[in-house]
Amino acid sequence: MSLDQLPAVQVVLPLLAAPICFLLGRHGKVSWVLSTLVSWCCFWISVLLAIRVLDGSEITYAFGGWAPPWGIEYRVDQLNALVLLVVSGIASIVFPYSWKSIEQEVDPEQHSLFFTCMLLCLAGLLGITITGDAFNLFVLLEISSLSSYTLISLGRDRRALTASFQYLIMGTIGATFILIGVGILYMLTGTLNISDLSSRLPELGNSRALQAGFGFLVVGIGLKLAMFPLHLWLPNAYAFAPSAVSAFIAATSTKVAVYVMVRYLFTVFGVDFSFSTMKIHWLFIPMGLFAVLFTSIVALFQRDIKRMLAYSSVAQIGYMLIGIGLVTTTGLGAALLHLFNHALMKGALFLSLGAVCYRLGNTFIDDMQGIGRQMPWMMAAFLIGGLSLVGVPLTVGFISKWYLILAAVERGMWIVVAVVLIGSLIALIYIWRVVEAVYLQPRPEQAATTREAPVWLLAPMWILVFTNIYFGVDTTVTTEFALKAASSLFGSQ
Amino acid sequence: MTGEQLILLSLVLPVLAVLGITICRHRENLREGCTLVVSFALLGVVLQLLSLVMAGARPELALLEILPGIDIRFEVEPLGMLFAAVAAILWPVNSLYSIGYMRGNDEVNQTRFYIFFAIAIGAAMGVAFAGNLITLFVFYEILTLSTFPLVAHKGNQSALTGARTYLGILLSTSIGLLLPAIVWTWYISGTTHFTPGGILTGRLEGPAITVLALLYLFGIGKAAVMPVHRWLPAAMVAPTPVSALLHAVAVVKAGVFSIVKIVVYVFGLDFINLAPGIDWLMWITCFTIIAASLIALRQDNLKKRLAYSTIGQLSYVVLGAVLLAPISITGAALHIIAHAFGKITLFFAAGSIYTSCKKTEVSQLNGIGHRMPFTMAAFSIGALSMIGVPPAAGFLSKWYLFMGAFQAEQFIAVTIIVLSTLLNAAYFAPIIYAAWFKRESSETILTYGEAPWPVVLALSITAALTILLFLFPRVPFELIQQITS
Repeated sequence: MSLDQLPAVQVVLPLLAAPICFLLGRHGKVSWVLSTLVSWCCFWISVLLAIRVLDGSEITYAFGGWAPPWGIEYRVDQLNALVLLVVSGIASIVFPYSWKSIEQEVDPEQHSLFFTCMLLCLAGLLGITITGDAFNLFVLLEISSLSSYTLISLGRDRRALTASFQYLIMGTIGATFILIGVGILYMLTGTLNISDLSSRLPELGNSRALQAGFGFLVVGIGLKLAMFPLHLWLPNAYAFAPSAVSAFIAATSTKVAVYVMVRYLFTVFGVDFSFSTMKIHWLFIPMGLFAVLFTSIVALFQRDIKRMLAYSSVAQIGYMLIGIGLVTTTGLGAALLHLFNHALMKGALFLSLGAVCYRLGNTFIDDMQGIGRQMPWMMAAFLIGGLSLVGVPLTVGFISKWYLILAAVERGMWIVVAVVLIGSLIALIYIWRVVEAVYLQPRPEQAATTREAPVWLLAPMWILVFTNIYFGVDTTVTTEFALKAASSLFGSQ
Repeated sequence: MTGEQLILLSLVLPVLAVLGITICRHRENLREGCTLVVSFALLGVVLQLLSLVMAGARPELALLEILPGIDIRFEVEPLGMLFAAVAAILWPVNSLYSIGYMRGNDEVNQTRFYIFFAIAIGAAMGVAFAGNLITLFVFYEILTLSTFPLVAHKGNQSALTGARTYLGILLSTSIGLLLPAIVWTWYISGTTHFTPGGILTGRLEGPAITVLALLYLFGIGKAAVMPVHRWLPAAMVAPTPVSALLHAVAVVKAGVFSIVKIVVYVFGLDFINLAPGIDWLMWITCFTIIAASLIALRQDNLKKRLAYSTIGQLSYVVLGAVLLAPISITGAALHIIAHAFGKITLFFAAGSIYTSCKKTEVSQLNGIGHRMPFTMAAFSIGALSMIGVPPAAGFLSKWYLFMGAFQAEQFIAVTIIVLSTLLNAAYFAPIIYAAWFKRESSETILTYGEAPWPVVLALSITAALTILLFLFPRVPFELIQQITS
């Protein structure tokens, strides 16, 4: 296999492994081993790809030898190399973790189905990120969405079914909007290739059709990335899904949608059209600010900690929208950095909650009282992840907030600075609520004693916790990727 | 050893203490041995650094670069040296005291207590030696977080409420005000490095300077300038050794020290003097001094009274900084030390009283001087120092604050200092009088004497230090001279 085939293998490998998992039927453990190996291979491939584009070059790959624009083109630049790293990296941590976790949370008969869907979801997310074709992007989006509806419905709680259904309805509306938007673009330009689109659209000038296409795409993608107030599907989906699924989807799915948004706004439509003509930042910044304030406050009042983190995710997406809406290299860089960093912190937090769920059966704050002594490693992971979420120095959260504040100061938008800080303080309160319950409250008397989670849960969790600190201290790789990608997105105009 | 190694060692030693304490957690004497050995080792390291700095050296240590221009680095300059020396001298004494106090009161979770205490001291060292605002901020936050379990030590509802207030105020001011101030500073000057003469000259003008200064003043909540002072009385629910070393020395001094350092090394005295409305900083501190003293008068709980006295005394230091005269800076720096020695003595005495007879209110102290002569003698010396009467160290620092206020021609500040001295006397003198001259109420059948010997030894040492500092102030003076001249 030559290295030139890497972009294709990145997607094809999990896509082919998925049906094999399904055929394995009752041998859930075998499919776990297989899918874990596949996820590690994917991570390795995306590292290789990232190394090759680090200098600013692009990799293009014509699928099946059909030259674009007739065939499907895969294209890797610094922007999607970073997102590929996030998706496959999180997958390579969550897959090994998931066996122990689903033993408790998913019916044994459905274990193979679980891994099949996880692999499909992974293939879809990686494909969305790497593809350079607008229609192919839609197909892969559907693959990842359909598999995540299934994954969410596998949760033990019967409410998982309604949560999944709710997500299905909203997600399908979003996907339809995206399809309509892509259709309009095809009608206008006669091409579906993203780089062709980006060169032909500016020539067309402004037209009502183009504006309509833009509107459909922004709303459709906005539904997928849980842009406030289109986020209503998200809290239930994250709260009732099996823990491994929550961790995987929370850390990757919305991030990929943010990537798609950036790709469309900056590459396809171009900075001029998106921000000068359509003034989309007038939508993004207020919605981002509302998301940060409103959903953070809602998070304060959640009893179920998983649900609390789900609301916090919507707030964090708000930060990314604000970063995009600032329309500066620093702002976009901050959004991309936060995309990467937030995946690390939310991943760590959801994995530690998965371990709580493994021992206690749920993640209600009342039941978690006093478990800090019985599960010290696990709760330490939660604490570090939480501090990172708040944005304490030496964690990744600090880095992205720093850049976001800096970008806002550059633009003189003091209200953004204020909201970012207030958002951090609210995050501190809702994280501290858990820390206090876990460490300082006594264990309820009738509660059974618990033990530390098994090492299969702890090891992946702590790898993520470690990356939270590592990338908070050594930021050269992440900031270089994010800022270079941001400046090339602006520079391409 | 080189200065670089010494700085590193001063940060690593507390971590070693944490490891040692964790390993020896089941053998109490060994565990306390760890704390004592490390605290003395740290004292040795800091004194060696002191001799380097006295000779004019400025040891540096660059650890890691987080973002371009934002790095964790340390640089020892006279002001930080002074603060580090005070904390390092008092840690062994306080450890001795803690052993007596924690065992005397049968406190639970002693291992956790010693672990977080060591972390807090390490963080204080980091604050003292910080070479830029980012490093200062990082260790400032570590100090806040590591003292939270100490404040909440008792674990009952009132301890939890107090600890929540503590954490809430300190973190929200630092994240909400201090961090934006730092970002702002970095944005306009491109650096956060502490530089003699300041880094803002010519980059900021008009009322913006005052706004930035106010952000720093209130962002550094540990300085307890009103209205962000509420955390300090709330923190009094902690065991007394915590109140003594942390809430009279390490934490609060980290606050006022940071303010002095930012005035001198970020703004620069000449630059900040130009800002319009900069007098407001002085009015705020003057108000704090008077208001805190008035509240202290009305407190019957001894530790609460001491806490409000601390708030007032801290504002002396801030006042010294914002009078913006070289002599008043000398006064501020001296007061950091003088107040540290005096106030720790007072807290030690309060804890000693609590350990031997569980008394916590001022009104219960009639005649206690005869039962606990050492404790109350030390208390009296500490109180004299707070009022500013020779032969206690508080006299020296007040003297320089006076001269600074005269030099700056701020006669209202002069009046405030005089007035507050009277108030200090008004809330300390009755305690001393009651302890020595009033009759014990006849119902008390309780017989008690002095507290355990480690407690008495510790408070005698700090009382002696208060007097020694008055008699031999050469070292701190020469250090401060290096900044102001």
